[in-house]
Amino acid sequence: MTSHDENAEPMISVEGFRAAYEGNVVLENVNFNVGKGEVFVILGGSGCGKSTLLKHMIGLYRPDAGVIRLFGEDLWAATGSDRRRLLRKIGVAYQSGALFGSMDLLSNTRLPLEESTDLPMSAMNLIAAMKLRIVGLSGFEGHYPNEISGGMKKRAALARALALDPGIVFLDEPSAGLDPITSASLDQLILRLAESLSVTFVIVTHELASIFTIASRVIMLDKQRKTIVAEGDPRKLRDESQDEWVRSFFQRKEAEVVE
Amino acid sequence: MPDKSTEKATLRQGELKTDEVLIHLEGAFTTATTGAIWEEAVKLAARTDSMDVVLDLSGVDTMDGAGVGLLAELHRSVEKRGGELRLIGLSKECESLLTVFQFQDVRAPDLTKKKRPLAVEVGVATVDGFRVARATVSFLGELTVGLFRAGLRPRSIRWRDMMVVAEKCGANALPIVSLLGFLIGLIIAYQSADLLLDFGVEVYVADMVGISMLRELGPIMAAIMLAARSGSAFAAEIGTMKVNEEVDALTTMGLDPIQFLAVPRMVAGVLVTPLLTIFCTVAGVLGGAVVAVASLDLSFVFYADRLMNSVSLSDLLSGLFKSVFFGILIAAVGCQMGLRTKGSPSAVGDSATSAVVAGIMLVIVADGVFAVLFSFLGIF
Repeated sequence: MTSHDENAEPMISVEGFRAAYEGNVVLENVNFNVGKGEVFVILGGSGCGKSTLLKHMIGLYRPDAGVIRLFGEDLWAATGSDRRRLLRKIGVAYQSGALFGSMDLLSNTRLPLEESTDLPMSAMNLIAAMKLRIVGLSGFEGHYPNEISGGMKKRAALARALALDPGIVFLDEPSAGLDPITSASLDQLILRLAESLSVTFVIVTHELASIFTIASRVIMLDKQRKTIVAEGDPRKLRDESQDEWVRSFFQRKEAEVVE
Repeated sequence: MPDKSTEKATLRQGELKTDEVLIHLEGAFTTATTGAIWEEAVKLAARTDSMDVVLDLSGVDTMDGAGVGLLAELHRSVEKRGGELRLIGLSKECESLLTVFQFQDVRAPDLTKKKRPLAVEVGVATVDGFRVARATVSFLGELTVGLFRAGLRPRSIRWRDMMVVAEKCGANALPIVSLLGFLIGLIIAYQSADLLLDFGVEVYVADMVGISMLRELGPIMAAIMLAARSGSAFAAEIGTMKVNEEVDALTTMGLDPIQFLAVPRMVAGVLVTPLLTIFCTVAGVLGGAVVAVASLDLSFVFYADRLMNSVSLSDLLSGLFKSVFFGILIAAVGCQMGLRTKGSPSAVGDSATSAVVAGIMLVIVADGVFAVLFSFLGIF
């Protein structure tokens, strides 16, 4: 497993982050760094702000306070073409896939290439097909999103997120709703990309099996405390955490405490 | 962080032997840079005078999926003409990249669409046409049963939903329908004013506006507005529910989608269309009055008096009678198009469009039928 180098500049740095919806604070005092090639998993119970944090990291929402830097640059300080250049270096796969219904899978995957590269059409087709192949969707290039299953949509969304070979890939619940075999092959793909291409992954997930396989580091958010309650190697947290709730989470037991 | 914009991919042809050509790849082969040299590389590798191609990758600093794509393309084209592609000077990163993307097996996607013979196309279209006709008939049947049931047990109608729909497609449409009617009345009066003046019968402007608004334009304009505003909304709303499996959820709860979704909308449509028609007609008559007073020098009282003499109760009632039917048609088509929606979000848009088009078409066809019917029955 790739361990992140403390000296290298972090791919993502979050400092003093606070998120609020209409005055209600959802998360506050959130600080962490993610290094190159790390598989970083955000955990927590339902409604604790995992997706909120993710949406702030990819620039959909502006932080209430604090700074989020991607590749050392503040997304909200960058404007116009700088911001677009920065956004092109990240890939995002949404929970429901968010594929464009009017395009087949090949066109969906090819779209980022069409919009931001000068590759010839045949090259874009080849690269898009290649990305679909590594997520196991070879042969489905001509299918439309409403013709494939939910799990396939998720994988197609991952292929689209990888289209421009981004440095950071954000995945929202990538393996929810996938069968265990597909889910495991997705895990292997994530690990291979992280190791060979040094792609940094930020993943929101609940799949414990998957977390123990892929995560180089996790953070855990809590709804009551509205911040990070645990950070580190998932195995260590499971076995050694002082926090009963954190241990329960990893051991899939009902939490007895934490008010 | 290094400035990516200065990075470049370059090709350099090296030693040319009788049976192989050496090509040096240098620089960065990423999505940002590979496009510039793609065609050139493919051309170089496609040369037929040398059989094998050796790619020297020792000068490659960075590579990503696009670079692998290029190698795969070269591999494919060299193999196609019976040659062999060899890679030398691979860095460790490149090697693992090639493994991840399994570059030997990358193939261009098959983009040829399977074409069906004409006979099959015609057959499929015919069967589809029959299917739509059958679905329409069965929808009408279900709707009739649903309305009949609702009539027997008025408490089963979801009155609160009905009121919300009625407010949206009735009350909220009042300003725009009135404005439309007013302008139509004004335009008719204005266009006919010159002609009437030529004959010295400008008093007939009241007959002109009154009869056309009451019998035809009032109901038609209100119905077109309803189709555009509400028929499309019904289709889009129900279509979105269909796409989100909400209609399936209703069915599995033992609730009839027709009873639950279509009936309240039908009732609302039938109730508000005559009301909108009245507003449209009154506004149209007032629009005519503005022209009569302003440019024909008639007094308002005279205009009103002339109007009362020229139109009869049967004009008003026939217009309202028609508008009830128009309301039924528009609401039914909107609901049917919504329930017929399949699959993707773009299908919702298609449903809304067909609801408007079919709604307006049906209204005008029905209006023609009524015109023949009324004249046959000697009403006008």
